[in-house]
Amino acid sequence: MLKLVARRLAMLPVILLAVATLTYALTEISPFDPVSAYVGAENDVSPERRAEIAHAWGFDQPVYERFGRWLWNMAHGDLGNSVVAGGQPVSSEIASRASASIVLVGGALALVLVGGLIFGVLAAAFRGTVFDWLVRTLCYFNTAAPSFWIGLLALYVFSIELGWLPAGGTSDPRAIDAGGVDLAHLVLPMIVLALTQYAWFVLFVRNTLLEVLREDHVQFARAQGIGEVAVLLRHALPNALIPFVTLVGTNLAELIGGTILVESIFGWPGLGLLALDAARSEDIPMIVAITLAASVLVVLGNLLADVLYRVMDPRVREATA
Amino acid sequence: MSAGSSAIGGSLRHAGGIGQRLTGAVLRWPASVRVAAAVLAVLVVGALASDVIAPLDDRAVDLDNVLAAPSWSYLLGTDEVGRDLLARVLHGVRISLAIAVFAALAAVVAGALVGVIAGTMGGKIDAVAMRATDVFASQNHFLLGILLLVLFRPALGGAGAIMLAVGLTHWPSLARIVRGELMSVRERPFVAAAVGGGAGRLRLARRHYVPHLMPAVGLAFVLTVPHAIFHESAYSFLGLGLEPHRASLGNILSDGQRSLLAGGWWIALFPGLAILLAAMTIGTLAEYWREHLHPRWRSELEL
Repeated sequence: MLKLVARRLAMLPVILLAVATLTYALTEISPFDPVSAYVGAENDVSPERRAEIAHAWGFDQPVYERFGRWLWNMAHGDLGNSVVAGGQPVSSEIASRASASIVLVGGALALVLVGGLIFGVLAAAFRGTVFDWLVRTLCYFNTAAPSFWIGLLALYVFSIELGWLPAGGTSDPRAIDAGGVDLAHLVLPMIVLALTQYAWFVLFVRNTLLEVLREDHVQFARAQGIGEVAVLLRHALPNALIPFVTLVGTNLAELIGGTILVESIFGWPGLGLLALDAARSEDIPMIVAITLAASVLVVLGNLLADVLYRVMDPRVREATA
Repeated sequence: MSAGSSAIGGSLRHAGGIGQRLTGAVLRWPASVRVAAAVLAVLVVGALASDVIAPLDDRAVDLDNVLAAPSWSYLLGTDEVGRDLLARVLHGVRISLAIAVFAALAAVVAGALVGVIAGTMGGKIDAVAMRATDVFASQNHFLLGILLLVLFRPALGGAGAIMLAVGLTHWPSLARIVRGELMSVRERPFVAAAVGGGAGRLRLARRHYVPHLMPAVGLAFVLTVPHAIFHESAYSFLGLGLEPHRASLGNILSDGQRSLLAGGWWIALFPGLAILLAAMTIGTLAEYWREHLHPRWRSELEL
C-alpha cells in the first residue's frame, strides 16, 4: 500500500511537468500577445516602448530559456505576478481565495455523496415503481440541464421572489479564512454545484446496487431468510460502494470546473471567481496557475480513490500485491 | 437512422423508396424516441426558418413593450430593450447549434486523427500519442477551455475560439475509442482473410477499417454535440465566448441574469429550456442509436 502511494506520488511531478509543458506550449503557439494585452488596444504605444516592455519581461529571449526559467521559478513556488490581484504574486492570491472554494466544493461533495446514496438506494429498493421512475426522470432532466441555468432559476425563485436566502456573495470573506462558514450565503451555491454531479451519483448507486443484488451471495443471504432491508443495506450496499469511490475521484474534477459558473452566479469569492476575473482581464499567469492547481487536486483525488479502492476491496489488493 | 441499419430493416431494404424505408423505421421507434425526434425537428426547423418567418425579427425593438412578460403578442415575452424573446431564442438555437456541430466535428476529427495514428503506427509513436491523450484527458474541460478562449479569441473571434476550445478538450475519449477499435478489428479473421486475398493497405482501410469505425465515430460525434452546446452557452454566458451582440443562447442567458432583479424571469428561463430540450432530444436519439449498434449494452436494469 505504502509502495503504491509512494509510486503514485512520485508520478505527480511528472504529470505536473506534462501539464505545465502543455499549457506553456499553448501560450507559446497562440497568437496572443501579452504586451498588447498589457498596454491595451486603444493606447498608442510606440514600437520602442513595446520592445522595452517585452525586454523587461524577457520575451526577447529564446523559448527554451523562458520555459526553463518559468519551470525553475515554479518549482520554487513563484508562479508569476497577477494582473487581477494588482500585481501581487499569483501564489499568495490563490492561497487567500482557496478556502472559500474548499468550503464550497467540500460541502457540495458531501451533499452529492449523501443525497446520491439515499436516493440511489431508495430507487434500487423500490425498483420498477413510480418512485424509481420519478427519480430516474429527474436525474435525466438533471444531466441535460445546464448548471448555470439551474443556478439562475434558483437565484430568482429563492432569493428574489421568496427572499428566503441572500442573492449572493458572502457577508465577510475573511470569516471563511478564520474557519467561520457563512451558511446562509453558502446554501444556494452549494446545492447548485452539487446538482451538477448529483444525477450521476444517484444513477450510479442505483445501477451498481441492482447489479450486486443479482449476485450469488445476495441470493444466498435471501435464502437464509434475511430480510430484504438487511440484504440491501448489509449485503449489497457495501459491495456497491466500492466502485462509488472511483466516481468521487473523477467527479472531483467536474466539481472544480463547476465552481467557475456557480461562483460567478452567486458571487462566491473563491478560486472559480478568481479564474473568471483572470480570464476577463487576460491574466494568463493566474489562469495557468489555477489550471495547474486543479490538475494537482485531480491527481491527488484519483490517488485517494485508488487507495480507498484497495482498502475496501480485498480482491484488488491481492491482485496487485 | 436508416432502416437498413436495423435488424429487421434488411427485408425492407428492397421494399420501396427511401420515404417508405424511413416511415418503416419511424414506426418501429419507441414513443420516447419519436417524441424526441419530433421536438428536435421543431427546434431545428424553427431555428432554420427564424429568418423567413416575418413576425419573428430578433432585432426589431418595440419600445412600448420593454421587459414585457409572455403574452399572446409576444409568446415568450420581450427583453430589456423590447426585442421579441421567441425570435431571439430561435436565432440563438441556430447560432448555438451551428457552433456546437462544428465544434463537435473538430473534436471528432482531432480524436480520430490521433486514434488512427496511434493505432496504425504502434510502438513509440503510439506510446507518445496515448500519453499526450492522458494529459489532455486529465484536464478539466471547462478550465482548459477558458485558457484556450483567452489565448485564441483575439485572433479567431468568439465562434472560432469556442470551436477550438471544445475541439481541443473533447478529443481524447474519441482517440481512445478509435485506437481500441482499430487494434481489435485488425485481429479479426476477416481482416486476415482480406490480407490473405492480397488486399493492400488502402483496400483494407477502405473496405474494412473505415466501415468498422464509422458507427462509433458517428455516435461519438452525436454525443459530443450536447456537450458543445453546453460549453458554448456557458462560455458566452460568462462573457468569454461569442461576442455580446450575437444572439447565442449563452448570451441571451447572460441578458437574463441582468434582468432577473427587474423580475424578467422569462429571459433566463426560455433560452435555458431550449438548451435542455436540445440536449435531451439529441441524447435520447443517440442512446437509441447506441442500443442499435450494441444490443449487448442495453441495460437490463431499465425495469
